[in-house]
Amino acid sequence: MDYWLPLIFVSLMGLSLLLYIILDGYDLGIGILLPLASDDEKDRMIETIGPFWDANETWIVLGIGILLIAFPSAHGMILTHLYIPVTLMLFGLILRGVAFDFRVKVTAEYKSLWNKLFFVGSLLAAMSQGWMLGSYVMGLESGLTSIAFSIAIALSLPAFYVVLGCGWLFIKSSGEIYTKAAKWARTAILPMGVGLFLISIATPIASSTIAAKWFTLPAAIGLLPIPLMTGVAYFTALWVLSKEEILKAGYGWIVFVCMVVMCLMMALGLAYSIFPDIVIGKLDIWESASSTASLEFALIGTVIAVPMILFYTAFIYKIFYGKSQPLSYE
Amino acid sequence: MELDPFILSRIQFAANISFHILFPSISIGLCWLLVFFRLRFTLTGNKDWEYAYFFWVKVFALTFALGVVSGITMSFQFGTNWPGFMERVGNIAGPLLGYEVLTAFFLEASFLGIMLYGKNLVSNRVHLISSFLVAIGTTTSAFWILSLNSWMHTPAGFTIENGVFMVDDWMEIIFNPSFKYRFIHTVTASLLTSAFFVAGISAWRARKNVDGPATWKVLRTGVVLAAIVAPIQIFVGDLHGLVALENQPAKIAAVEGIWETEKGAPLTLFGFPDEEARTTHFAIEVPKLASIILTHHVDGEIKGLNEFEDAHPPVAPLFWSFRVMVGMGFLMLAVAWWGSYALFRNKVGPWLLRALSWMTFAGWVASLAGWYVTEIGRQPWVVQGYIRASEVVADHAGGMVLSTLIGYLLLYAFLLVFYILTLMHMSSKPARSLKESIDFAAPKANTPKPTATLGAV
Repeated sequence: MDYWLPLIFVSLMGLSLLLYIILDGYDLGIGILLPLASDDEKDRMIETIGPFWDANETWIVLGIGILLIAFPSAHGMILTHLYIPVTLMLFGLILRGVAFDFRVKVTAEYKSLWNKLFFVGSLLAAMSQGWMLGSYVMGLESGLTSIAFSIAIALSLPAFYVVLGCGWLFIKSSGEIYTKAAKWARTAILPMGVGLFLISIATPIASSTIAAKWFTLPAAIGLLPIPLMTGVAYFTALWVLSKEEILKAGYGWIVFVCMVVMCLMMALGLAYSIFPDIVIGKLDIWESASSTASLEFALIGTVIAVPMILFYTAFIYKIFYGKSQPLSYE
Repeated sequence: MELDPFILSRIQFAANISFHILFPSISIGLCWLLVFFRLRFTLTGNKDWEYAYFFWVKVFALTFALGVVSGITMSFQFGTNWPGFMERVGNIAGPLLGYEVLTAFFLEASFLGIMLYGKNLVSNRVHLISSFLVAIGTTTSAFWILSLNSWMHTPAGFTIENGVFMVDDWMEIIFNPSFKYRFIHTVTASLLTSAFFVAGISAWRARKNVDGPATWKVLRTGVVLAAIVAPIQIFVGDLHGLVALENQPAKIAAVEGIWETEKGAPLTLFGFPDEEARTTHFAIEVPKLASIILTHHVDGEIKGLNEFEDAHPPVAPLFWSFRVMVGMGFLMLAVAWWGSYALFRNKVGPWLLRALSWMTFAGWVASLAGWYVTEIGRQPWVVQGYIRASEVVADHAGGMVLSTLIGYLLLYAFLLVFYILTLMHMSSKPARSLKESIDFAAPKANTPKPTATLGAV
C-alpha cells in the first residue's frame, strides 16, 4: 500500500486537473470571447455555461485538494513558489465567478462594467494558469528560460481555451453565435497550434530530464502515438473549421471532441515527462506522500464519492442537454 | 519601515477569512429557508411561497457565488502563505479538507444549477430535492471545515513523529472536544443571521411600499425563526464557553479580563483592559459572578493570564469582541421577541419595521465578533499548545505579501459595496406577489388571508 497509494492519488489528481482544464477551459474561453459579442449575444453565450461553471471550477479545488491531502510538502513548495500567479488567478476567478450573478442583478448602467470584469477575470485566470503550468514544467526554476517558457504558455493557454469555448458554443448554441464561433475559432486555432508546437519543441530543449525520457529508444517508438494523435486531432479540427458546409450541417461538436483528445494526449505526455516526480527534479511522489493511514482514510471517501460525483454531474449535463435555453429562475 | 511577512500574512489571512465568512453565514441558513419556502409551496399550493422562493433564490445565488470564490481563495492560502501548516499537520488537515470537497462542494455546485435554472426542466419534486441537496451540501461543508477548525483549538486523536502529526484515531480527530459545540453554535448562528437578513430586507421592502403578501410571509418566517433560535444560541454559546475554559483557559482569561488567578472571580461587564499595566480600567464588576457562571461554584478558581506568560492571546480584541457578540445576541433576542409578539397581536408598527431593517446585517456583526473571539483567542498558537503560527509561515518578501494584501483589500471592498448595492436594487423592485394581487384582484378560492391585515400596515 505504501507504494500504491501515492500512485493512486497522483492519478486522481491528474484526472481532476485534466477535467478542470477541459471543463473550466471552455467556460473561461467563452469569457475571453465576450467582448467580441453584441450585448444580446453575451447573454446567450453565458446561458450556455450558467448551470455548469460552478461545478466545473470545483475540479481545480479537488485537484489542488488532492495535492494537499496526499502530497502536503509538494503542495507547500509549489504554491509558495507560484505565489504571484496563484494570487492573480484567484483574483481572476473571483471576478469571473461573481460577475455571473452581478451582471444580471445590478442596475442596467453597471451591466457593461460586469461584462468587462467577466472578460478580465476569465483572461486573467487563463493566463495565470498558463504561467503556473509553465513554471511547474520548468521544475519551479526562476531562470530566464523558465520565465520565457512560462510567458509562452501564459499566452497560448487562453487561445486553447478560446477554441475549446468555441467548440462548446457549437454544441450549445445556434444561429448567429454559431457562425461567429466558427470565425473566432478559425482565428484562434492557428496561434494556438503554433504555440503548442513551439512549447512541445521547447520543453525537451529547456529540460534535459524530459529530453532524456522522450528521445531514447525504445521509449520513443512507444510514445509516438501521443504526438501523432495530437496532430491528427489538431488537423481534424482545422479541417472541420475550414469547411463551411460541415459546420452548417451541425457537426461543429467535432471541434470540441478534437480539443478534448488534444487535452488528453498532452496530459498523458506531461504525466510521462514528470513521473515519478511531483516537483520535477526536486521531489518524487513517495518522498512527499502523506502517511499511509491518512491516505487510506482519504481513499475510502474518494472511492465512494467520486463515482457519485461523476454520476450526478452526468445527470446535470443530461438535464441541460441540447441547445441552451434563456436562463430564468422561474 | 521593515515589512514583516508574518504580520502581513496574518492580516491577509484574517482579511480573507473575515470576508469569506460573511457569505456562508447567510447562505447556510438561507438555503434551509429556501427549502422551507419550497416545501410550503409544495404542500399548500400557495403561490406566495413560490414567489418568496424565487425572490430569495436570486439573493442566495449571489451570496453563494461570493462565498464560493472567497472560499477557493482560502484553500490556496494554506499553500501560498502557510506551507508549514500542511507539512506538519497535513496528515490530519488534508483528509478533512478533502472530504469537504468530495462530499459538499460538488454536491452544492452541481445541484445549484437545477435549483437556479432548472424549474422548467425538471419536476417540482426534483426541484425540491435539488434545493434540499444544496442545503445538505452547505451544511456538510460547515461540518468538515469546523471539524478541522475545532481540532486546531482542541487537538485530539494523534501522535507526533519527528514533528509531524500522525493519525491515531479518526473518530477522536473529527469529533474532537470542541467540535460538537462549535458546529451547533455556527449553524445556529447562520440560521439567526439569515433570519434577521430576510426579515430585515422584507421590513425594508414594507417601508418602501414594494411589499406584497409574499414579503410578509417571509418577514413572519424570519422573525419567528429568530425568536426561537436566539435563546438556543445563547444557551449553546454558554456551553461552548465552558468547553473553552477546560481546553483553552487563556482564551477565557482574556475574554473575562482576569489578570491573576483567583477564587470567586468577579464578572467584568465593562471596562478598558490595559495589557501594559495588566489591569482593567474603570471596570464595572459583579462580584463572584464569573466563578459562578464558569465553574458553578461561588468560590471556583479561574486561571488568570499570569499563568500563560508569552502564550496568551492579546487581551483587548478578545475582551471587546466578546462583548460585541454577546450584546448583539441579546439585542437580536429582544427584537425577535418584540417582533413575534407584534406579529402575534397583528400590530406591526413603523418602529418595528425600522428596527428590523436596521438589523438586517446584525448577524454579520455577531458572527464576525464571535469568530474573532475564537480565532484571536487561539493565538499565538495555530494548533493550540503545539504549533505557533510563526513556525509555519512562508518566507516571502514582505513587499510581495503587502502588494497581494492591498489587492485583496481593494477587491473585497469593491465586492462588498456592490453586494449591498445590488441587494438594495433587487429589494426595491415591487414584489411579484404585490403586482399579482393588484392585477388579479380576484383571489383564488383557497388563498389563505392571514397576512391581509398585515399587508395594510
